[in-house]
Amino acid sequence: MIHDAKTMVAAAATSPDSPSALSNVSRRAMLGGMGTLVLALSWREPARAEDKATEPKKFGADAMPHGWQDDPKVFIAIAPDGVVTVTCHRSEMGQGVRTSVAMVVADELEADWSKVKVAQAWGDETRFGNQDTDGSRSLRHFFPHLRHAGAAARLMLVQAAAKQWGVPASEVKAERHVVTHAKSKRSLGYGEIASAAAELPVPSRESVTLKDPKAFRYIGKTEGRAEAGQGQVHLIDNHDITTGKAIYGIDTRLDGMLYALIARPPVFGGKVASVDDAEAKKVPGVVKIFTLPAPTLPTEFQPLGGVAVIAKNTWAAMKARDALKITWDDGPNASYDSVAFRAELEKAARSPGKVVRNQGDVEGAFAKAKKRVEAEYFVPHLAQAPMEPPAATVQIKDGFCEAWANTQAPQATHDRLAKALGLEADKVKVNVTLLGGGFGRKSKPDYVVEAALCSREVGGAPVKMTWTREDDLHNGYFHTISVEHLEAGLDAKGMPVAWLHRSVAPTIGSIFAAGAKNELPFELGMGLTNMPFAIPNVRLENPEADAHVRIGWFRSVSNIPHAFAIQSFISELAHAAGRDPKDYLLDLIGPDRKIDPTSIGDVWNYGEDPARYPIETGRLRRAIEAAAKGIGWGRSLPKGRGLGIAGHYSFVTYTAVAAEVEVDAKGTVSVKRVDIAVDCGPQVNPERVRSQMEGAVVMGMGLALSAEITFQNGRAQQNNFDGYEITRIDAAPRELHVHLLPSNDYGKPLGGVGEPGVPPVAPAIANAVFAATGRRIRQLPIRDQLSA
Amino acid sequence: MIKLTVNGAERSFDGEPDMPLLWYLRDEVGLTGSKFGCGAALCGVCTVHLGGAAVRSCVTPISAAEGQAVVTIEGLSPDGNHPVQVAWRELDVSQCGYCQCGQIMQAAALLKETPKPTDAQIDESMSGNICRCGTYPRIRAAIHQAAGTTKPASKGDRL
Repeated sequence: MIHDAKTMVAAAATSPDSPSALSNVSRRAMLGGMGTLVLALSWREPARAEDKATEPKKFGADAMPHGWQDDPKVFIAIAPDGVVTVTCHRSEMGQGVRTSVAMVVADELEADWSKVKVAQAWGDETRFGNQDTDGSRSLRHFFPHLRHAGAAARLMLVQAAAKQWGVPASEVKAERHVVTHAKSKRSLGYGEIASAAAELPVPSRESVTLKDPKAFRYIGKTEGRAEAGQGQVHLIDNHDITTGKAIYGIDTRLDGMLYALIARPPVFGGKVASVDDAEAKKVPGVVKIFTLPAPTLPTEFQPLGGVAVIAKNTWAAMKARDALKITWDDGPNASYDSVAFRAELEKAARSPGKVVRNQGDVEGAFAKAKKRVEAEYFVPHLAQAPMEPPAATVQIKDGFCEAWANTQAPQATHDRLAKALGLEADKVKVNVTLLGGGFGRKSKPDYVVEAALCSREVGGAPVKMTWTREDDLHNGYFHTISVEHLEAGLDAKGMPVAWLHRSVAPTIGSIFAAGAKNELPFELGMGLTNMPFAIPNVRLENPEADAHVRIGWFRSVSNIPHAFAIQSFISELAHAAGRDPKDYLLDLIGPDRKIDPTSIGDVWNYGEDPARYPIETGRLRRAIEAAAKGIGWGRSLPKGRGLGIAGHYSFVTYTAVAAEVEVDAKGTVSVKRVDIAVDCGPQVNPERVRSQMEGAVVMGMGLALSAEITFQNGRAQQNNFDGYEITRIDAAPRELHVHLLPSNDYGKPLGGVGEPGVPPVAPAIANAVFAATGRRIRQLPIRDQLSA
Repeated sequence: MIKLTVNGAERSFDGEPDMPLLWYLRDEVGLTGSKFGCGAALCGVCTVHLGGAAVRSCVTPISAAEGQAVVTIEGLSPDGNHPVQVAWRELDVSQCGYCQCGQIMQAAALLKETPKPTDAQIDESMSGNICRCGTYPRIRAAIHQAAGTTKPASKGDRL
């Protein structure tokens, strides 16, 4: 992981005397096992001027571990029958990336969509470029490089045909799977010329010409059928998914495969004190029972330890695990109680903390303000709960470890396997299956390492590790738990002249550096420090918080609590000012302008160049206006109904949600209609952008209305989908409208899509509840808060 | 010895009679289209047809399938062109796709009983099937499409 170390040193050196030493922490830089070093760097003494960076700071894909690749020979294979196989190096977890990657390459290649297949890359970033599928950045980072690969392959086909025919390449055209020389009326199918093309050297980058976007056949299309030559593509895995042929991590089957489950410590930091496996061993089909060691601190992505059961089928493993009699040593988090912890967080939020942005004179402005408004917001722990729980199969044969895993982080998985087994890097291969949802959980390869440790116990035989739903909810990497304390001083017109926001939440950094108590810049930069509103005096603070469970990424991460608090608070301010919440929100955005995120304290900016990706307030405004227009903002509603609105900038994309809710006499909230508007820059696959927004609304509804993980005695209290209540179809709004804000300029940078839909959903619903009932929601989920 | 048919083929099983049908299908027969999501009949990703009715195979012991016909997603139609499967593809319902086999089996059972379901009937029948990706609006639309009761698309959808 030398590369990661370099990245981190470079990032730290760029601005060593500011909090931005952590500015470029990508998830993978952390995955790279450099967490301790990373944090250590941030605490070092300011460097001397001559130590400062000698190379320019990198952004986007350039800054990711192993960067990007665009070699057509890596990504594209054309068979003699003309079938084009595009290799997708990003993990498919429902965002449609296998389809979108293939269509980008196919478009530049001038391939006939009906002859395009997709293959999944194994974990090898040296070959494929960065593979961490997280942070809403697959297309954002790789769109230009995938286009280049397709265009380069097209040029090679043209060159090969020209050479064969003895004509200038400039006279040969490639169109829809055929190369043609018009003058001599000769043509060849791609399959016929592919092997000759493959013999040619890959053309220099300068010699490759990308298509004029006007000539795109598939990219950005919403009408027509791709199979007919131009138009929208359907999901490339549609047939496999709808017929049961699609293979996920849990579906791997190998000859002689065994099945494993682990009883893990119910409390984070706990370990096995004693185990009686006499009854478990009697279960027919049990092959082996053994104890796994507890992890060391920081736990990072290590397995949690516990007692493993290996059996001849999943059911036998389940029964045997149930029959184990284990006494646990619960360790330092044995008394963790999330209700009591909330009180601790509230206490911290009411006292000054580490200042992460300070602008103007907040105290002076508060003193002069006509009105002071204060509120606190709470968001509980959440579990990602992908429908496919973590699962992986590993075999170790002749000193070679091969894994099949539903991982978002193939290279990190590869590296952790090599480390856990003491193997050289070239003795490990990670095959990436489809993911039955990820949402951040499958960025951590702990479960794949568990499978490997089990395989090693049975002489390297293939072992499938399955997590049950209980395992997933009890032993996960949870979304943090947070209290957001906000105060605003309003002027005579009711607009804020002073703004104080304290955000307190255990940090993801705590899994990489035990005892870390402050949010990292990437967490702060998810809606807190980069708060773009036109307020003259602003102070943002981050008081300390301890972590008592493993904290991890959950789709849209810290944007969830930050957006919930800020967008709810703005609605509260509008009410205090006697204004319409939408108009007030637009006024607060102020005039259209481009904000350099570094100028307001966000040194991270989702890893993107602040010059290329400034915060454009006009885009946020237009998203809010589109959502408001969509839902018919201002229309009169029957009693018990209300409209709410929220907008948010995340993953360099602008989203807004307008919601219509009904609250019945019993206090039950139902969401009748949602309009979500998104400006993610140019859209590669608008149909999948649409589906991501639909899904984000449904997931956001779940955390707004019903989902939470609570802890008592260090143990998660929710066991399955009866206790952990996520949105079901009967709660999904009958009216869900996605408004894609048009952008046809493919020269402009792309925004993220997978995550940005989530953050504005909960505050829009909470604001709608206020409009319907006059009762303010300050804690999630809403559940039965309105029943009293 | 338990005898049953799976997708029309006769089979027998002499393992543990309390083994859930799901694990029999996945681990013993090798049909992995039926998924594991909760193990407690709470999410529906394991839905198969037993004697023509949709059941949660994760809590149905194999012994309960004695002498009965089990149909899984792999056997729903010979060519994968059951109207529900076709509608699912036409509307690109799936995101990750993991729950969709269960959704499709549930929807196929619904349409057999109720050929022209209303939204309320769809919600009632499908509320045991969780989709964490949130494809519910398209699931509703696809069931209507398969039933031939498709509503015209809202013009408000596109700006």
